[in-house]
Amino acid sequence: MRKTNNVIKIKDFKVDKGLPFDQEYNFAYLDENTKKMIRRAIIKALCIPGYQVPFASREMPMPYGWGTGGVQVTASCLTKRDTLKIIDQGADDTTNAVSIRNFFKKTSNIKTTEITEKATLIQTRHRIPETPLKKKQIFVYQVPIPEPLAFLEPKVSETIKMHSLSEYGAMHVKLYEDISKNGHIETAYAYPVKTNDRYIMDPSPIPKFDNPKMNNSPAIQLFGAGREQRIYAIPPYTKVKSLDFEDYPFDPFKAEHACDICGSKNTYLDEIIVDDAGNKSFICSDTDFCNKRKNK
Amino acid sequence: MYVAVKGGEKAIENAHNWLSEIRRGDVNVPNLEIDQIKEQLTLSVERVMSEGSLYDTDLAALAIKQSRGDLIEAIFLIRAYRTTLPRFGTSRPIKTEDMVCMRRISATYKDIPGKQKLGPTFDYTHRLLDFSLLAEGNIPKAEKRKVLKEKIPHVLRFLNKEGLIQKEKNNNYQPKDITRNPLEFPANRSERLQSLSRADEGFLLALAYSTQRGYARNHAFVGELRIGYVKVKYNIPELDIEIDIAEIIVTECESVNQFQGSKKTPAQFTRGYGLTFGQLERKAVSMALVDRALRWKEIGEEFVGAPAQDEEFVLSHCDNIQATGFLEHLKLPHYVDFQSELELVRRIRKEYEKNK
Repeated sequence: MRKTNNVIKIKDFKVDKGLPFDQEYNFAYLDENTKKMIRRAIIKALCIPGYQVPFASREMPMPYGWGTGGVQVTASCLTKRDTLKIIDQGADDTTNAVSIRNFFKKTSNIKTTEITEKATLIQTRHRIPETPLKKKQIFVYQVPIPEPLAFLEPKVSETIKMHSLSEYGAMHVKLYEDISKNGHIETAYAYPVKTNDRYIMDPSPIPKFDNPKMNNSPAIQLFGAGREQRIYAIPPYTKVKSLDFEDYPFDPFKAEHACDICGSKNTYLDEIIVDDAGNKSFICSDTDFCNKRKNK
Repeated sequence: MYVAVKGGEKAIENAHNWLSEIRRGDVNVPNLEIDQIKEQLTLSVERVMSEGSLYDTDLAALAIKQSRGDLIEAIFLIRAYRTTLPRFGTSRPIKTEDMVCMRRISATYKDIPGKQKLGPTFDYTHRLLDFSLLAEGNIPKAEKRKVLKEKIPHVLRFLNKEGLIQKEKNNNYQPKDITRNPLEFPANRSERLQSLSRADEGFLLALAYSTQRGYARNHAFVGELRIGYVKVKYNIPELDIEIDIAEIIVTECESVNQFQGSKKTPAQFTRGYGLTFGQLERKAVSMALVDRALRWKEIGEEFVGAPAQDEEFVLSHCDNIQATGFLEHLKLPHYVDFQSELELVRRIRKEYEKNK
């Protein structure tokens, strides 16, 4: 019917594995001006670790809540030389991971992988891989609610002030109240952290088991929240500390089982109900890690 | 031993094929054509254009067809398409005083220059199913009149002349495009009106209704509602000439609201404004009421904590594409987070049992 805009056409690319490479769109879908705007926000975010930078998030061809923030960050960082890995719940084959990977295959014809070590750019929803991230890798988180204080104060106009004044008392009171009621901090995922000793930050809904992996990581960690129009970041080798108390230290627990497939004892596990009697099985949520261990 | 389920890819493909099949329905029934949607489901098309923020009847009709008639889904398709379009310039503000009206009413004056004109409205129809439409019923012919040449003045102008209604000040503010700049609070009126104009009709309706029922009541009258054709003009910078690039249908509502006054300033009515693409009367009137409620600070009213007064609340939740996305994402897998909560609840319960 009519053509969409295409700022740059990519010609010298071969179509990979039967998936039609759509040349109607610019490389990695977004136009170059949008990418530039997003890269600027990313650079600012890297300069102020943990600070939420507003950006003019675009409407993407997948719904808000499906990772539009992460997708825009990935699209803006992606180059033709990159190898992309997409995971959701730690797995490469969950429906939304498949869908986002196909989106990038279609719009950028990029090389993809399921192997953590081989990826130069990894986009994730809800997990950090068990294989440690390394130098020169970019790790992109999909973020639903970037504001860690949102559950204490829903008005962004207020939380902005709280951040700028480091007025974090309410957060500590909340954690304290949890302990006094139930003996535990009642947050099992999206557990708040302090980045670079300054900003309290939402690590996205990763289980708190993954929190320590963010600390002092050699990789660049970027967080994209599309609907809420925010980008934030952790530069390599930055201190990231999960909030806790001296007498109630942070406890990144997991199910007390070993993986029923690969036998790993120190990886995060999915709980699966295997029969009508409600019997359970536990398996690694990181499918790449599990496969590698099993095949060894 | 348990073997992890694979096959997300295949499942997605099959689901999409099934969706296409069910969208088409019984193949013995003729395929729905875009022109039919465009000509016979005009109000759906207009809602999709309005909330999709893109005036294109063909594309809106296509989106409705593709979305199986789910208008929010259709609006989403249009929004996603819209973001990919290059922007080559900004049109001149449309002049609604030059509108060729197909409908124009005022609830505040019985007779006004330019007259009342009912136009194609459901207002006085009896809501009885018209079974003749089951077959192709006879379409009564509407009487034709010549289009009036003279301009139809805005009703509120007359109140303005007498100083009976608040004057809108020109603050020479260059409006920011909310689709190209992140919305930050406090927003100004231009950004507010942009947001409201593409906001979900149902959400605005409910908020406007809440003001009528006492949550920041502002006693609204429809000063004027006009619907019709306006020209979109564009100034070509290189040539410095203004040309018409389109003619669009818009609905404009100006409300006359509760008066304000004090010892220092005499009593004056206040106003709210609504503007939408197409003939969306319910939306335009709702928008005017909500706009008026949001202006409490500027007018010097009290903030009574009503939802319709709370700018951040209204603007953060009025967009149905954002809302539906975040709501529906609950259907995506959350195994990992759920497992972490399960583990936490089990621990708390174990300790509870131990300490009992």
